[in-house]
Amino acid sequence: MSEALVKPLRAVRSRTYASAAGAGVLLALPFYLDRFWLQAGLFAMAAAVGAIGINLLTGATGQLSMGHAFFLAVGAYGYCVFAADGGDGLTGLGLPTWLAAVLAVLVAGVAGGLFSPISGRLSGAYLGIATLALVFIGQHVMFNAHDLTGGANGRDVPPLSLFGLTFDDRELLVAAVPFGSAEKLWYAGLVLLAAGALFARGVLRGRPGRAMNAIRDHRIAAGVLGVPVARHRAAVFVLSSMYAGLAGVLLALVFQRTVPDYFGITLSLEYLAMIVIGGLGSVSGAVAGAVFVSLLPQLLTRYSDALPLVSAPGTGGIAPGEASRYLYGAAVVLVVLFLPGGLVGTAVRRRGTTHPREER
Amino acid sequence: MSTFAEILLNGLSLGSVYALIALGFVVIFRATEVVNFAHASLLLAGGYVTAVLHDDIGFWPALLAGIAGAALVGAAVEFLVMRRYRGSDHSVLAIVTIGVDILLTTELTRRIGTDVLTLGDPWGDAVLKAGPISLAHTRIAAFVAAALLITAFLLAFRYTAWGIAMRAAAESAETAALMGVRLGRVSLGAWAVAGGLAAVAALFLTVFPTPGLERATSLAALKAFPAAILGGLDSTTGALVGGLTVGVTESLATGYQSDLTFLGRGLGDLAPYLVMVAILLVRPAGLFGTKELARV
Repeated sequence: MSEALVKPLRAVRSRTYASAAGAGVLLALPFYLDRFWLQAGLFAMAAAVGAIGINLLTGATGQLSMGHAFFLAVGAYGYCVFAADGGDGLTGLGLPTWLAAVLAVLVAGVAGGLFSPISGRLSGAYLGIATLALVFIGQHVMFNAHDLTGGANGRDVPPLSLFGLTFDDRELLVAAVPFGSAEKLWYAGLVLLAAGALFARGVLRGRPGRAMNAIRDHRIAAGVLGVPVARHRAAVFVLSSMYAGLAGVLLALVFQRTVPDYFGITLSLEYLAMIVIGGLGSVSGAVAGAVFVSLLPQLLTRYSDALPLVSAPGTGGIAPGEASRYLYGAAVVLVVLFLPGGLVGTAVRRRGTTHPREER
Repeated sequence: MSTFAEILLNGLSLGSVYALIALGFVVIFRATEVVNFAHASLLLAGGYVTAVLHDDIGFWPALLAGIAGAALVGAAVEFLVMRRYRGSDHSVLAIVTIGVDILLTTELTRRIGTDVLTLGDPWGDAVLKAGPISLAHTRIAAFVAAALLITAFLLAFRYTAWGIAMRAAAESAETAALMGVRLGRVSLGAWAVAGGLAAVAALFLTVFPTPGLERATSLAALKAFPAAILGGLDSTTGALVGGLTVGVTESLATGYQSDLTFLGRGLGDLAPYLVMVAILLVRPAGLFGTKELARV
């Protein structure tokens, strides 16, 4: 047995232990954390699902998208339209909620597919500007299609129910811990995130992933090697929209109300910041960046009294939301300039066990 | 008919302002191949400096200070951020400008808060009446100023040493460097010029009939992006045509809003993007953009 063979085995084993321990901690958290932290965690999970989607597009295929917020909105509002029973005077089809969630994701995919004449042909930053249009079209529809979206006031989100279990605030005692919507949704979020992450990892490691990276690194060479460039670009755009749609459904379930102001251009920029900070082109990078960007404002809000320079909103100082935007804006610039590969890529290289490209 | 003429003239004036912004955007792209998403925040910076200073030092010095300020911010971004990037992937640099944009916009909107700042322009709400057509003085000033600046810029781009250096760098950066063109200086200049043009545009985006400089001004400035891309990112002619197209479309959509109520309110803000999507469907490189050719 040479040293070289033993070492990766040990590394693999320790990584298995670490991820098992991590999963155990995540499963146990609802029994210990209060509602504030669970909601913050749920936001992070929803953001992570969306960030994985945009990382497939921007990170792995090199196609910039500023329209992610639009597809999040399609998912969120799509779920409301399919699942609501029309009791509040707005359009509602009253379908079973699990079916509504699936359909909402599909509708987001169809919306992405309708954009494929553009998403297949434009590259990089050009696509970024073209997708700006989607955000503004989305905002226009959300404010004006009152029957579907409830206009500026938004609409209520019906709670998800699955196998007779309803994810609402009726308390359910599990091991003497009262389970509200946050506790129950936590597990749904974990399952969806894990499934989304595994699927994306499969895509990235298999043939499609290699084709996507080839398109990003050298479009012409990829075309010469027989990769249908336009079709792959369009397909990744659709896939990324479906991830965004799923993230939108999750966000809607956590918020329990959808409002159009949330799905603006700032949200799209936030998602781009996530994947740049975490690491372009990898699933773990997307998750790390999503956790960073979405937990930051929550942390700053919670501890605004204790932190210097940050003060509660409306008191004249730097509000927590602004402080977090400064931080992640600066993080984007610094990471690109000094840590190419993002947080995850840098951590992997420092550990030196695997080549960063293999860490997906 | 008179309303149509009014709407058209207003649209052309608005379009010339968008053309100013788009021109700066195209200049940065030609000189450095970077798509600058921080352009709207450069504009906001110029407008903010003018708005803060005009009470103390008068309008014209304040405008000059605003132009200088925005040029300085642009140059600082180039010098402190863009130049530090050692990789070669320009789409990654576009993402850096998004980070810069988040920083600048957050700072400026925090300072502006919920206020609406006036820029103290001398035209006020005066209106020129010529027969059946009435036109605000600010709109005429916007058109004249934009036309003058664009002409001056295009002449400089064509005939001065600076313009030739910039075009050479756009053609082939490596060859230009070998011929003695200082690439660093070229891109610094491009960012500064773009900032200055944006500051002038900021003035005309915030004068009558718009209420003044506010948070939403950066959203109005974003409309220069579709202008630049529908004309073709690497074409100065494209920036002009794109700017005018966007301005006229927006003006028409707003002017005939009452006939288009089935499409909802606020159609004017949406129209530029719809035109961009329609044009990109037919010509993916924009109206005047060069089709990408590559040698393998």
